[in-house]
Order: sequence, then C-alpha cells, then structure tokens
Amino acid sequence: MTGTSLRTYLITRLALVVPMVLILLTLVFLLLRVAPGNPIQAALGGHVPPAYVHQIEHRLGFDKPLITQYGDYLWNIVRGNLGTTITDNRPLSQIIKQNGAATFELTFFAMLIAIVVGVVVGLIAGRYRDTPVDIAGRLFGVIVYATPPFFLGLMAQLVFGVWLGWLPTSDQASPLTQALLQTHTNIFLVDAIWDGSWGALWDIVKHLILPATTLGLITAGVFIRLTRINVIRTLRDDYIEAARARGIAERRVVFFHAFKNALVPVITVVGLNLAILLGGVVLTETTFNWPGIGHELVIYLENRDYAGVQGIIVVFALVVVAVSILVDFLNAFVDPRIRY
Amino acid sequence: MAFAPAAPRTPHGRARLIALGRATKPIREASGVARAMFWSGVVITVFFILLALLAPLISPYNFTQYKSDGHRFEQLAHPSSAHLFGTTVQSVDVLSRVIYGTQTELEVVAIALAMSLVVGVPLGLISGYFGGILDRFLVLIMDAIFAFPYLLIAIVIAFVLSTSSIGGGILTAAIAITAAYVPLYFRVVRNHVISVREEPYVDAARALGARPRTVIRKYVFFNVVQNVPPIATLNAADAILLLAALGFLGYGIQPSQGAEWGYDVSRAVTDASSGIWWTGLFPGLAIVLLVTGLTLVGEGLNETINPVLRRRRFGRFEFEPVPGPTEEAE
Repeated sequence: MTGTSLRTYLITRLALVVPMVLILLTLVFLLLRVAPGNPIQAALGGHVPPAYVHQIEHRLGFDKPLITQYGDYLWNIVRGNLGTTITDNRPLSQIIKQNGAATFELTFFAMLIAIVVGVVVGLIAGRYRDTPVDIAGRLFGVIVYATPPFFLGLMAQLVFGVWLGWLPTSDQASPLTQALLQTHTNIFLVDAIWDGSWGALWDIVKHLILPATTLGLITAGVFIRLTRINVIRTLRDDYIEAARARGIAERRVVFFHAFKNALVPVITVVGLNLAILLGGVVLTETTFNWPGIGHELVIYLENRDYAGVQGIIVVFALVVVAVSILVDFLNAFVDPRIRY
Repeated sequence: MAFAPAAPRTPHGRARLIALGRATKPIREASGVARAMFWSGVVITVFFILLALLAPLISPYNFTQYKSDGHRFEQLAHPSSAHLFGTTVQSVDVLSRVIYGTQTELEVVAIALAMSLVVGVPLGLISGYFGGILDRFLVLIMDAIFAFPYLLIAIVIAFVLSTSSIGGGILTAAIAITAAYVPLYFRVVRNHVISVREEPYVDAARALGARPRTVIRKYVFFNVVQNVPPIATLNAADAILLLAALGFLGYGIQPSQGAEWGYDVSRAVTDASSGIWWTGLFPGLAIVLLVTGLTLVGEGLNETINPVLRRRRFGRFEFEPVPGPTEEAE
C-alpha cells in the first residue's frame, strides 16, 4: 500500500521537474543569448580581427538562427555537454569536476555549521521564549542574517589572519600542499585522508575554517528563525498539552515530544536554503579566493565570457532542481501526509 | 464605483481611521519583547532615513572629495579627529562615503521595491483571480525563478544590462533587484487571492453583477494587500544585502555615481592584508545595522500580524485563533 503511493508520488514529482528545468534553461538562454551586443566580441576584447571573431562564432554556433541555437543548446544539455568557455577554452565538465569539488567541500562544511548553530540556538530560543536567552538568540540570528558574507569574511581575515596570524586568509591549500597532493576525488580533504598525509590534511583544514564558518554562520540566521518558530508552534500543540497532562516531566516533553516534531519542517528549509547558500557561495569564494564554481563564475563574468557564464548558471540551476527533488523525497519518507 | 483616493469625505476618512486603528492593534497589544524589537528597528531605520535626507548637511565632505582647502587628504589615514572614520587609498573620507552611501542604498531599494510591487502584485491579482491557463503558465515561470538563487538572477541581469547600451548604474541595479523579487510578491498575492476569491462577500459582489475589475479593486485588493507590508519590509532588508553584493562584485553603482557600501567593502579587501581595518569596517557595519533595523521592523510586523505567533499581553488562557489560509510569510 504505502509502497505504491510513495512510488506514485515520486514519479509524479519527477515528471513535474521537466517543465521547471525547461523554463529555467529557456530563461538563461533568453537572458544571455538574446541580450544586445556581440558576446564573442565582448569576450575577446576590441583588438581581434573580424575573421577570428567569425571563426569562433562559427565554432560556437552563434552564426545560426536563434531558434536553431536554442535547439542545439537544449540538445547539448540533454546529452550532458555544457559547452566550452570562450576565453580559456575550458570544457564545462572540467570546471564542474575541479572547481565543483572545491565548492562541494566548502558548502558541505558550511551547511554542517549552519545546521548545528541554527538548530541549537533556535531550539533554545524557542524553548525559553521571551526570556533574555531568547532575545539574545534572536538578535544573534538577525544580525548574522544581516551580515553580508564578504564583510564577515573580511573581518575574519583581519582578526584571525592578519592580527592573530592563526589561519590563512585565502586559497584552498598552500601551494606546497597543492603540488604534492595526489588527485583522487578532487576534494582536497578526501584526497589527503585517502593518502594518509596528515600534514596536508591539517593545512587543508586550516584553509577551510574561515570560509566555511563565514558561509555557515550567515546561513545559520535563517535556521535560527525557523527552528524557533517551529518549536513555539509545536509547544502549543494539543499533544504536548496532553503529554504534560499525563504528568510526563517537562524536560522529557520538550526533548522527546516537541523538538523531534519541530525539526521535521527544518529538512525542507535545509533544501530551500541551498538556494540562498549558493548565492553566498559566490561571495564567500570571491572573498577568500576559494577556487570553486562561484569564484569561477565571477571570473567569467569579469571577462565577459558568455559561454562560461551560461554553463555555470546552468549547472547551478540543475543543482537547485536536483536538491529540491531530493528534499521532497526525504520529506515524503519522513512525513506520510505529503504522499497523499 | 471606482475607489476615489482623492479628497476623502468625512465618513470615509473616519472609516479609514478606524481601519488604521484596527490594523495597528496587534502592534499595540504585542508582548513587551516583540514591541521592543519592533521599535528599536523603527529607530534604526528612521535614523538611516534621516541620514540619507540630511547627508549634504551632516557629511563633512563629498563622497568623491579627496582634498579641501587646496591640499590633498592623507592616504589611508587612521581614524582621527580630522577624519573620524579615516581615509581610503584615494584619500577620500570614509565617514562621508558611509553617510552618502545611505542615500544610494535607500534610493535603489525604494525604486526596486516599488517596481517589484508594481509588477508582482497586479500579476498575482490577475493570475489568482482568473486562474486558467494564464495562471498555470505564470505560476510555472515564477516558481522556476523563485527556486533559483536570487543573487545569481540579479548578477546575470546586472551583467547583461551593464554590457548592453543601458550600462551600469542605479537603474540597472534596481532592475536586477526587481527581477529577483517579483516572483515572491506574485506568489504571496496569488495564493492569498485564491483563498479570498471563494469568500462569501466576494461571491456576493459577483452575484450583484460587479465586473471583475471592480471586484478585484474593491474587495480582493485590500484584503490581500495587508500581507504585503511585513514582506516588503523584510524584502527591503534583503534588497540592501543584494545591492551590496552586486556592488561587491562590481555590478552595482558606478563609483562616480554614488557611494555604495558593498563596493567600498570590495575595495577594502586589499587593504585588509596590510592590517587596515577602517576602510572595510565602517561601510560593512552600516550594511549590518541598516539590514538589522529593517529586519526587526519586518519581523515585528510579521509576528504581530501573524495570528499563529501572536501572544497577547493579558490572559493566561487563550483560544487558538483559527489559522490563516497561508501558513506564514516566508
């Protein structure tokens, strides 16, 4: 019974993804391709012979009619070919593999920090509503949310990098580590553990602390707010009152009855927040010179490389959609009401 | 039967005063903490608005000025009595840039919010009221945009506009921010309209033969629009972060056009490696403070207007208010 309805739900949900992806891809195409001006000329600068411009236009298919370009663009994405950048002729697949690994390392730990800080502060604030603890927790949440990642990052660099000299302020690892590290997964942290090179691992962790904390704290603000509201709402529910009426200890009511249920909606928020986090990734990576996809995007934007920008935006779009499906699936498993 | 905004007659005016009193009732009845947070947010916001309005009077120098009385200011001067917040590498007074920055931020955000409302609210009204294919189509598009990181939407649009003939500037930044926020207003308004559409009083108006135009304007609009102020305030906070982010990446306001805090912080990144803190700290703090103020106002409005979170000052026992049709504003 449950199995079939769950399967039906999953299939319906997957089918709904197709129009969403199509619309996102179309919007990206419209924005970047129909924009006025010659993108190739813009990418190469003013001093390039027209013949060369035409040659590249031809290679990228920019000389075809717009509708054919659109068809080619979609067909290439379906085949998994996201194209090649104009300025440094790098295939997007390579960017995903190398820079994507760096972004994954950063976002994974940032999300971990965000969830731990956000849930803990939110639970405490919600439990002790309207006490000084709550006010402090909420203010912390608001201020953290109000801080741009680049500003927090800059201050962290100043204090922990320049003044105290404890942590490095940029890059993913020191040049020596980067040169010596064997590549297995492109995720530096995993590669270092793989080889058991603990010196490299320490170096990588030191580089990771400031960017991950910056990005994590900024994302935590939203978690604090939501966890707090959920706890408040759950603590008012009838079944909590019922548990109290049965004489169950308050501590037990709060921990076993309220918190568990208050955290279910947070799963959804984790997924929704990935969109916010990805915006923050661009800024954090730029601030810390972290060689991830967001940093790469900023470089291609600066070089007016339309193919690079388009490819990376498409990657972001696909990631967002994939995560939203994942979250819905998780929710369907956790909360049976959603399936029906 | 059109609603005439000009020259309110006395009964109308009184009715509106009563309506205003009823609308602010939740704020007046809110618990101490919520009120304190709300009012401190109001104070901060008003402070910045005054700063923006009075910038030419308060600011010691202009935001591009690097010399006065014929001699150039010291480069990267420490904060001192001559320059309270120090100077930048171009010898510009940091305090003056922070003060003038208030003007830029508020101006851009006001334009962007106005544009998002003008586009998003009518679209949501029409889409929600009439439903059908148009509604399906708009929802699909808006949901797709909504799912996407709004910073990326704004960056791409600012990038495309700044390479085109429009160029970078206040309008470009405002359009980029607008594009990122229209889906939010659309969703909120549309979802609310769908629930209001089935209310008996709307049905009654329809039964009396009112045209859709009249029904939307007289009956649906004022019910739906109540949801907008808390969202718009929280959104203004968000929009300032977005503008600062655009400025940080170099797609915001041109340096000659106005002082912008995000841009100033981006210039301070190189200073930080040599331990210079004042060029980044002050514009950054300004962002944090203004966004905090607006967020407190927005959350205060949200908490007091949203019945689920409301807690009245009197009475230990209260009946749970019937939850509204929308869960809560995001």
